[in-house]
Parts: sequence; C-alpha cells; structure tokens
Amino acid sequence: MSAATSVLIIMTVGTYALKSAGPLVLGDRSLPVRMQQVVDLLPAALLAALAIVSTVGDGEQIVLDARLVGLVVAGLALWRRAPFVLVIVLASAATAFARLVA
Amino acid sequence: MAPFGIVFGAAAATAGLNMWQAVGYSALVFGGSSQFAAVEILGDGGSVASAAIAGLLLNVRSLAFGVIMARALAGPWWQRAAMSQLMIDESTAVGAAQEDLRWRRYGYLVAGLGVFGVWNLTTVIGFAVFSDAGDLITDLGLDAAGPAAFLALLWPRLVSPAQRRTAIAGALIALALIPVAPPGVPILASMFGVAVAAVWPPTEPASPVDEVSS
Repeated sequence: MSAATSVLIIMTVGTYALKSAGPLVLGDRSLPVRMQQVVDLLPAALLAALAIVSTVGDGEQIVLDARLVGLVVAGLALWRRAPFVLVIVLASAATAFARLVA
Repeated sequence: MAPFGIVFGAAAATAGLNMWQAVGYSALVFGGSSQFAAVEILGDGGSVASAAIAGLLLNVRSLAFGVIMARALAGPWWQRAAMSQLMIDESTAVGAAQEDLRWRRYGYLVAGLGVFGVWNLTTVIGFAVFSDAGDLITDLGLDAAGPAAFLALLWPRLVSPAQRRTAIAGALIALALIPVAPPGVPILASMFGVAVAAVWPPTEPASPVDEVSS
C-alpha cells in the first residue's frame, strides 16, 4: 500500500472520530477551557509552519528561491484584502516572473 | 472554496497521488487544510506518521465544532453518524449563526452538502488539469500556490495577539528544524508554538499595536 493511501486511511478514521464525537458521544457539553484554548490556537501554529516550510523547505535543506517572492506577494495581497483566487494568481505570477528575470 | 479545491487537486497531482487518492481525501477525510497539509508533507518526502498526525492536528477543531452542533443534530444514531461527516468550518459557521435548533440543523446541512459537492468536483478538475503539467508547474510559478494557500488560510486567524504569537512561534520552530529533522517533523513540532504563545510574553494582555507584524 502506498504512503498516500496509508495516510488517507488513518486520517479518514481519525478525522471522523473527531467530527462525530460531539453528535454521537459527548452531546453539547462544553470542552474544558484549557483544551478549548489549545484547540483554537493549534491551526495557527501548523498553518504558519506549513506556509514557511512549503516556501523555503526542500527536504532537509533551506532553499531561498522564487517561491519566497510568491509568499511575500501573497502576504501583500492578503493585507490588501484580495480574494483567494487573486492571492493565488498574483503569488504564482510573481514567482514565475522572478524565475524569468533571475 | 472552488478555487481552493482546484489548488488542492493540483497539489495532490504534483505530490504524485493518483486520482482516486485525491478524491478519497476530499470525500472521506473532507477537511481542506488537513488534506493540504498531508499532501504537502508526503510530497516533500515526509513519513506516513508525520503526514497523518499533522493532518489530524489540524482537524482537532472538529471536536469543538461537534459539541457546538450536537443539540441541533439530534436524531437516531445513524442520522447523527451520517451528518457528522459534514463537520467543517463552513457548515458549523452557517449552522451556529442560527438561533432556532431546526434552522441550525438546516443551515449546517445545506452549507455542508454544498461545500462537499463543490470541493470534490473541483478536486477532480484541479487534478485532471494539472496531473501532466510537469515543468508547467514551475514555469507558471504554481509551486507558490501551496505556500500562498496556507498563508490565506492562516490570515483570518491572525486577528488576536495570541493567534499571532502562536503563528510566529510555530513558524520559527519549523524553520529552525528544517535542516536537522526529517521532512514533516518541523510541521509537527510547530504545535509547541501553542505552548510558547501561552507563556510568552508573560504580561497579558499584550498591546495589539506592537504585535502587528506586516
């Protein structure tokens, strides 16, 4: 079985357990405050890490290339409240342009 | 949502998944940012464990959504079991915005089913269009679409100082670990950014003025 299929199976089972725990088992009781805080903050840590690693990571190396230009442009576009499509298009175009002139 | 599905389909194709795997993620896991994270880590040569755990950590919030929506999703166990698959940000946001329990349930189901349809359809389109793209990916700068998408997902969360501290701590932890840890592990380790943000800086609440980073 390929790695992608193994991950798919584990994530399907695990994600469904998380999704259904409230409706099937816990009911509408509220989570402990500490746990709720961790749950609220976890995505910010992981998404920031994913943004950075997918920009400058290449296996076990840090590589600074045209992707960095794309990320900066994406940040500027988001700051200017651009919609998602525009953010992606501008980031890709900036990266392609940086490659062209490099 | 639709363009995000296309970006996911493209990312799955670039990471070497086949069409069934790509659609499997979108239909069975059905959690946008977690699918993205897993595919990114696999594409970078990360282990099964690191990809799966990073993905699941991004879905822990579904647990919180579940207890919020539980009362509105009452009924026979098989109905609750089926409706639970739609437990995502959008369905919870639409459902929880309604007062009446019946409308909460209705909003949750309509938003959940709508996103499910669009998400899976656009995953297929994104995969089909970019599966044989090869050099086109780098020529068009599409390898920057992933980073841009992660940043776009992160952006709306950065409204509070605690979220910003967590994001900065998570990013720095991951960056520091890239040269020394196997692919995927820096992403996983970023979860400790939550702990760092809880203790630093020690004075609460922090002034939002000196926290603004961009």
